[in-house]
Amino acid sequence: MIIDLTQMQPGESGVIMEICGGYGLMRRVQSMGIRTGKKITKVSSHFWRGPQTVEIDNLQIAISFGMARRILVRVGK
Amino acid sequence: MRLNNILLMGNPNVGKSAIFSRLTGVKVIISNYPGTTVEFTQGKMKLGEETAMIIDVPGTYTLEPTSKAEEVAVEMLKQGDVVINIVDATNLERNLYLTLQLLEKDVPVIVALNMWDDTKHCGINIDVKRLEEYLGVPVVPTCGLTGEGIKELITRLPEAKTPKLQISSDTQRWEMIGKIIEAVQRLTHRHHTLLERLEDISIKPLTGLLTALAVLYSSFWAIRFIGENLIGYVIEPLFERIWLPLVMKLSVVLGEGSFLHNILIGNLIEGKIDFGQSFGLLTTGLFVPIGMVLPYIFSFYLVLGLLEDFGYLPRLAVLVDNFMHHLGLHGYAIIPLMLGLGCNVPGALATRILEERREKFIAATLMAIAVPCMAQIAMIVGLVGQRGGRYVIIVFSTLFIILVIKGLILNKVLKGVSPEILIEIPPYRIPQITAVIKKLWMRLFSFLREAIPFVLLGVFFVNMLHTLKIIDFLAIIFAPVLTSLWGLPKEAISALIVGFLRKDVAVGMLGPLNLTTKQLVIGSTILAVYFPCIATFVVLIRELGIKDMLKITFIMITVALLIGVILNFILH
Repeated sequence: MIIDLTQMQPGESGVIMEICGGYGLMRRVQSMGIRTGKKITKVSSHFWRGPQTVEIDNLQIAISFGMARRILVRVGK
Repeated sequence: MRLNNILLMGNPNVGKSAIFSRLTGVKVIISNYPGTTVEFTQGKMKLGEETAMIIDVPGTYTLEPTSKAEEVAVEMLKQGDVVINIVDATNLERNLYLTLQLLEKDVPVIVALNMWDDTKHCGINIDVKRLEEYLGVPVVPTCGLTGEGIKELITRLPEAKTPKLQISSDTQRWEMIGKIIEAVQRLTHRHHTLLERLEDISIKPLTGLLTALAVLYSSFWAIRFIGENLIGYVIEPLFERIWLPLVMKLSVVLGEGSFLHNILIGNLIEGKIDFGQSFGLLTTGLFVPIGMVLPYIFSFYLVLGLLEDFGYLPRLAVLVDNFMHHLGLHGYAIIPLMLGLGCNVPGALATRILEERREKFIAATLMAIAVPCMAQIAMIVGLVGQRGGRYVIIVFSTLFIILVIKGLILNKVLKGVSPEILIEIPPYRIPQITAVIKKLWMRLFSFLREAIPFVLLGVFFVNMLHTLKIIDFLAIIFAPVLTSLWGLPKEAISALIVGFLRKDVAVGMLGPLNLTTKQLVIGSTILAVYFPCIATFVVLIRELGIKDMLKITFIMITVALLIGVILNFILH
């Protein structure tokens, strides 16, 4: 099943399938280690469309709700 | 190979400043959050016979900059003879992106695999030899905090190479990184540590909020407790028992009323020296910075240093992100604002970590108007606090309300939207006591170096203005605003004038005016709002340009006028 980052449950893991955005967004998130094919785990999501925290490799990253919605992740089998 | 200019480059928060400090012996501020270094710092190092210049460049993720701090980094690259690329060994994959970009350039590179000691308990194994083969440049495992590997880094510096990799696209770069990681890095399973549990608690929305409240409350309590006790048990006894008899003797020698007595000792209050009210260079001029402000500067920076090194601040930034968006900022703007509470100058510099101009402008305006520095806070607590704690609360809640309203308005009025947050959250680290003390000492020293001359200048200036009767003249001119709008005595103009130089002395000058409590509250609030001190003003002009600074000045004067009138109207 493919969902976006905001729809993941805390603790859930998946693989990044696609980052839907322009060059600027791609560059920013990629430089932080968010890339297609990477395993990503949701840590928490803050109230009222607040930032989403995720873990990639050993690093925790906080990403805004808006950007998180453009990151598609495959979860489950 | 020429090695005159050595650049330290790497991603944010990988320990560049710690290595810089090791190499040069120059003390720099080191913290556990991305963006601690926003300006480049340079220092010298002996390299064999010659002296080389080492430059600590602000952290950057790529060579295509997204913020002012990163722009500085890329600009610096042109001047380097050799780059020491500092890499976080616990995050090799992401760090290698910048490494590859550097290896494509026409500059020799050597890689320092920093935070090497952390890889062990993170369950990370890196084959350094193979990594060296893949990159084609020397790779040296280091630990900036303990100094491990620094010697080897220096000896191998001349081996730095310029592979000039031919890479055409991002995809190619990431492919290569994938290959390297697969070949050199092995991860083993590990158990969750206590610190990691704490990390989880402080980033989940509900428990995170509770943690934030607990952290902020205990910080506030600790700052007050340490500050008050330092004043009560150390500083005040020193001034009263040792310094007072000395200056009393001097007072007798000089003779009350003589010109020198006025400048050095000031006025005697009922025949005695009053450190708060006499206003001489050797009395109030020394007592304000050392007796009233320094203890709070000490306690504030001690607590801030611990929070910084532990790695708490980025988590706070995530928690307040939502709220900050209403003010036209994102969560990370909490960092310049918090640094501003110590002193507005580093606060103004720290606005460089914000990506966009609009955001920088809003953050700088809010800070200049509504974030009083610790020197001013200490004086307000000392002076207004004598009339009762609730009056102190009135002053600070007024400032907070101004901050929120100002932010809401600026966010509506200025074109554009608040940018979105995207930050890395560093792992918690137990602060090293020596590092915390070193940083505290640097900040105290820079306070003493900058504050004391300005405070003395301010006190001297006021005495001259009084002696030359210029104050009386200005008082008459500004009397309409001061008395009819704000309900202050016209003599308060001298405090407003000195406020351009130093806010702490300015607040102190309200003391001898025999103000009512209401007047004192209005006076302190206006002093906080109407203008930043000259040091902050100069830095803000440099950061934002003259045009934006004029805009901010206009906003400040308007807010000061309004808030004075409003407080005068609603307070009893």
